[in-house]
Amino acid sequence: MTETIENTRTRGHSEEPLLSVRDLTVTFTRQGEKPFVAVDGVSFDVRPGQTVGLVGESGCGKSVTSLAIMGLLPQRGVRVEGEVLYGGTNLLTQSKEQMRDRRGRDLGMIFQDPLSSLNPVVPIGVQVTEVLERHKGLSRKAATPLAREMLDKVGIPDPNRRLKDYPHQLSGGMRQRALIAMALACAPKVLIADEPTTALDVTIQAQILALLKELVEDSGTALVMITHDLGVVAGLVDRINVLYAGRIVERGDRHPLFAQPRHPYTHGLLSSIPRLDGERGTKLTPIPGSVSDNLPWANACAFAPRCSQPIDVCVEKTPEFVEDGPRALRCHNPVEVSR
Amino acid sequence: MLRFILRRLLQMVGVVVVLSLLVFLWLRSLPGGTVSAILGEKATPARRAALEKALGLDQPLYVQYWQFLKRAVQGQFGSSTGVQPGVDAMQVFVQRFPATLELSFFALLFAIAAGIPLGYMAARRRTSWFDNLSVVGSLIGVAVPVFFLAFLLKYWFAINLHWLPVSGRQDPSLDATRVTGFFVLDGLLTREYDAAWDALKHLILPSLALATIPFAVIFRITRASVLDVMDEDYVRTAESKGLTNKVIRGRHILRNALLPVVTTIGLQTGGLLVGAVLTERVFSWGGIGEAVAVAFTRRDYAVLQVCILMAAITFVVINLLVDIAYAVIDPRVRTR
Repeated sequence: MTETIENTRTRGHSEEPLLSVRDLTVTFTRQGEKPFVAVDGVSFDVRPGQTVGLVGESGCGKSVTSLAIMGLLPQRGVRVEGEVLYGGTNLLTQSKEQMRDRRGRDLGMIFQDPLSSLNPVVPIGVQVTEVLERHKGLSRKAATPLAREMLDKVGIPDPNRRLKDYPHQLSGGMRQRALIAMALACAPKVLIADEPTTALDVTIQAQILALLKELVEDSGTALVMITHDLGVVAGLVDRINVLYAGRIVERGDRHPLFAQPRHPYTHGLLSSIPRLDGERGTKLTPIPGSVSDNLPWANACAFAPRCSQPIDVCVEKTPEFVEDGPRALRCHNPVEVSR
Repeated sequence: MLRFILRRLLQMVGVVVVLSLLVFLWLRSLPGGTVSAILGEKATPARRAALEKALGLDQPLYVQYWQFLKRAVQGQFGSSTGVQPGVDAMQVFVQRFPATLELSFFALLFAIAAGIPLGYMAARRRTSWFDNLSVVGSLIGVAVPVFFLAFLLKYWFAINLHWLPVSGRQDPSLDATRVTGFFVLDGLLTREYDAAWDALKHLILPSLALATIPFAVIFRITRASVLDVMDEDYVRTAESKGLTNKVIRGRHILRNALLPVVTTIGLQTGGLLVGAVLTERVFSWGGIGEAVAVAFTRRDYAVLQVCILMAAITFVVINLLVDIAYAVIDPRVRTR
């Protein structure tokens, strides 16, 4: 397994990035309210076949980032700046219709809650074939065998029957598999998975993650994995970007980052994962407080109020994002490398 | 599905029996009465008694009701005493029902054909001038009394501008052939296209007047429902698949948004039957509504009973059809 990841990474480094997010900034401007910066200068690359994780808690801007890449943010009341380069084209300057052509064909997306993300009054089969009809110009009839194949591929038993079923007739795991089938029907080069396992049972979570991993490795699809749970992505991602209050605070390849988290926030996230092999009765270590939304990065580190080891400079100066090869960090007082 | 329909039909029988008792008692609790209506206030007691006996009105109420029920299940509701004296009440109803049905059908057609597209457009252009204007317009539509609007329409378009006929269902000089009693349909069936066209022109004003309230209600429900559905996760999923606007609109938004609208349409048919009474009077339509109005002032129990019961049955049947339509659109109802 380690070998596969090493391979992917070496291959990844030699190739141009497939998706390149440059200084993405998303500001919500509601009338009569102060503009709110949800995503603040986020940059990251995704290479073909690579799996990149965007990790952070609710409100850190990870979902907004994914919607911005997909061009799914509302037209009014939102300002999107920066660049999202896909194969050299800036997706942010594409027309509405051009983006409509790309969604489902070049870029696929899987959402968090499989039940509410499926149309309750349309059979599963139609919800898969409609993507093929749209992007491959197939008729419903010609697309149906492909849809059946897709359902089979994502591990839905008896796909013939399931084509005619409605979402409420499927279990939670089956629904998420169906959503994956829809997103991958046209073999997009980039797949964005926004908390794909949050609404599922733990056992089903593992199955879905294994399935995603398998599909991505087979097809060379680049996967952007969005989650609040580092444990979920541990076995799946190649690189991790940790977001806090709209900015990336730490980045690194999976192994070094998990072994030696430098940012106190990453450190906290890792410590708050319950461990099966830990001593019984050990208390979890939560990160105190929650994300503040009051110009968090102005002349201070946004994480300082919740940090376990703040120093004076943390509330005086915004920390810079310092890159060091594959690792990058935004912190005045990083965690000591001890282990 | 079949069991569902059968169960609903049985429920319908119960509804009609209870309603028949209520209507029967209600009519007889009204001041005045058939005898006074026919003979006038100055009739001698002897003549009154004779007529009461002839009509069976001297019997105790429960006997009268039992007699009424026994004959009603055989389809006999007695003779009309006021609308068309001497004619079988059922006959009066059957003659006039197609007129009301035709009027209601066109009114509902107008209301749906305008209400759903406009409701959808208003929701998609939320808070635009179009949205605001149509919301205010629909409020006016609900607020203006039907008979008042009917008079206005008649005054402008028929009397002042002479664009459309003033009253009636068809120009009698055409001497059109009757087949079903639905004049437009008759004209098409017999290929008397001028008769069909004339009947259609007669339909426009009354059905517009009758359509305003159901239109306004359908419009508002559609708008609210589309606004709800647009925020649903599955619409975002559909967008993420890059589907065309047409598919997103029809398959993903409207198909879900129409569920409450369908229910509303069923309930609005009740309002149509009420509104028809007023509209038919203004346009001398010759339908049930007009007959009920006349029957009421002349205390024509037989005709009132037939018309009210049949209207109730129509209402229940339409709501059964609505429930079936609901099950067709929403698979979750079907499997329950």
